[in-house]
Amino acid sequence: MIRKTLAVAAVATIAAAGSAEARDQIRIVGSSTVFPFSTRVAEEFGKTTNFKTPIVESTGTGGGMKLFCGGVGVEHPDITNASRQIKASEIESCAKAGVTAITEVKIGYDGIVLANSKAAPQMNITLKQLYLALAKDVPDGKGGLQANPYKTWSEIDPSLPKVKIEVLGPPPTSGTRDAFSELAMEGGCDKIDELKELKKTDEKKHRAVCQGIREDGAFIEAGENDILIVRKLEANKDAFGIFGYSFLDQNQEKIQGSRINGVAPAYDDISSGKYPVSRSIFFYVKKAHVGVIPGMREYIAEFTSDKAWGPEGYLADKGLIAMPDAERAKYRAAAANLEDNLPK
Amino acid sequence: MSNSANGAALPGAGGLGSIFDARQQVSEAVSAGLKRRYARERRFRLYGMLATLFAVVVLGILLFTIIRTGLPAFTQTMIKLSVTLYPQEIDPKGDRDPQTLSSADYQRLVRDALDDYFPDVTSRNDRRELFAMISPGATYVIRSMVMADPSLIGKRIEIEVPLKDDIDQFAKGKIDREADQANRRVSDKQIGWYQRLVDRDLIVSRFNTTLFTAGDSRSPELAGIWGAVVGSFWTMTLTLLMSFPLAVGAAVYLEEFAPKNRWTDVIEVNINNLAAVPSIVFGLLGLAVFIGFFGVPRSSPMVGALVLTLMTLPIIIIASRAALKSVPPSIREAALGVGASKMQATLHHVLPLAMPGMLTGTILGMAHALGETAPLLMIGMVAFIVDIPSGPLNSATVMPVQIYLWSDAPERAFIERASAAIMVLLGFLTVMNLLAVALRKRFEKRW
Repeated sequence: MIRKTLAVAAVATIAAAGSAEARDQIRIVGSSTVFPFSTRVAEEFGKTTNFKTPIVESTGTGGGMKLFCGGVGVEHPDITNASRQIKASEIESCAKAGVTAITEVKIGYDGIVLANSKAAPQMNITLKQLYLALAKDVPDGKGGLQANPYKTWSEIDPSLPKVKIEVLGPPPTSGTRDAFSELAMEGGCDKIDELKELKKTDEKKHRAVCQGIREDGAFIEAGENDILIVRKLEANKDAFGIFGYSFLDQNQEKIQGSRINGVAPAYDDISSGKYPVSRSIFFYVKKAHVGVIPGMREYIAEFTSDKAWGPEGYLADKGLIAMPDAERAKYRAAAANLEDNLPK
Repeated sequence: MSNSANGAALPGAGGLGSIFDARQQVSEAVSAGLKRRYARERRFRLYGMLATLFAVVVLGILLFTIIRTGLPAFTQTMIKLSVTLYPQEIDPKGDRDPQTLSSADYQRLVRDALDDYFPDVTSRNDRRELFAMISPGATYVIRSMVMADPSLIGKRIEIEVPLKDDIDQFAKGKIDREADQANRRVSDKQIGWYQRLVDRDLIVSRFNTTLFTAGDSRSPELAGIWGAVVGSFWTMTLTLLMSFPLAVGAAVYLEEFAPKNRWTDVIEVNINNLAAVPSIVFGLLGLAVFIGFFGVPRSSPMVGALVLTLMTLPIIIIASRAALKSVPPSIREAALGVGASKMQATLHHVLPLAMPGMLTGTILGMAHALGETAPLLMIGMVAFIVDIPSGPLNSATVMPVQIYLWSDAPERAFIERASAAIMVLLGFLTVMNLLAVALRKRFEKRW
């Protein structure tokens, strides 16, 4: 009984002491796509400066935004990583919690690849064909819609391989999935005239039709774990996978990226925007914390230095696709001056 | 046999002969069925054996794959460098100011050392490829050596530094030499240089101490599990300190003192329910209550321990109650009979006898908590943390989380490290479970 009382007392003291303690370490949350880059910078920052190494949590873009917009104060994170731009609704919920001054820093690009095992031939597909392969409903040619009838790739176009459509991809909670739906699916959808027309008349329906991914087993949600998809592709040469470019980059002797609209996912083509399915990745800084949490300016400076995010920096080695010089200069300046540059 | 034979004989009114007849019939019937019964017995045993065999084989395959994948992680390919610590590079003013020493360009010294080996590599691109073969950790090694002993400045030191993960994977034969250059992470030139280093005996394979002494890192060759081990240690210690007294207290009260009524029934059902609640629910609770309301620091072993305490409490309570139940009532009655109070009877006699069972339950509960990740996701312990936590309020991660993070990383060298970490975690779990068995064997009393 005495031991119990002591233990409870100890717990209470520690808990009370903890809540009063100030934070001397940057806290970063957000996207699992940006996680490998953010952690690499954090480590370099911790090793080369006298500041503590920042703590980086992998919460997903949406989860990160929620924590980031929780409020101002040491118990809330200072920076959130995002594999898409902040949404208007998120800016609003941030503002409600008093987080009004936010600096947006674009880091670079990430290509989303459709890849398969090297044991099978490389696929050359257009966005329209990709849409037809993966959409939930496709036009039936009579002005209406029908459930996706395609079972093999070659049914869509004879030039495509004669194997069953089987694509492993991220679940809807993932930023990669958001970007894929928006860039690849909607991009392909708009190549079909009758669906393009729909956008003018009924935008909501257009969105639903264009971004709806089939649920009949041809598209398999494989979880947030991209490396798992890579390993499944090695084992099953008929399957395709959807994931970020860095996973292709690290495993290029086992898997290959399909050409989309004739362009293979290569560093230069993603950087120049020739590869159609690439997105921008960002981080967002809570300005109210700069100056309160030590090292924030220095961390941002490290991230935006050319030795990190430049085309030959250490992040390129981890698969980051660098922005062109002018764009890097623009965002470096924005980051250094902590501009209030959210999209209005 | 004889009973049933008698029974069969009773209704009949005949003499001895008919009794013998009846016995004869029964023994015939028995021996006729005997073969079938033996066969059934053998089949039953076979089923049991097959079930056990299946479990053993599956476990064996699991262990085999983990060990086969994980073993290479215990060695690291190193390169021998002979680095000259030029004073004008490290400490131009010569005042040995730690600030200057810390921020000196050690990278350059490493490059100079490599240039000595490869004077023929001169083009900018080639040199970049050459320097990319060495881990960024090389500079940290030299810096910490110089910081620890500034008298080294001006001397030439022989050190072994790790090679980059890709070259290490190549050295371990994990990268296909025959594959097209564009398709592998190691270029033909790098292979050539590596071969030259091997020919000059400058490449060595060493036991990977970094794996056991470092915290997490983005570079696989610099990553270690020590941070996670220390985090697990703090989390487990606090969990034990909180859950054991609470659980034993609750179990003793419920078993020995509480009246048996509807309320205690409700509590019992709830405890059993809690033991079956998915662990992520405890994480959500921890996020709302401990972090949101009490302000316990996010990602700290403290908040992790609070959540895991909630999770293990019901398990320990159930085991402790079972242990208390197995103490015979005669012990309590004897103690009460010689004039002990209820509390004395419980504390002096019942509790010591129940203790081995309680400890076993506690250790099993702790082993369960040691392998848990789901609730920690919600309270921020699934994070990249480089610094080794120095106390229960520092940010930390735990071993299963480290395994999860590594198995999610794009770099291939992390796959073997994840397996190595699994081996370490399994080691800890085995020790804990053996301890539980040993305690039971040593102290258990049979009645």
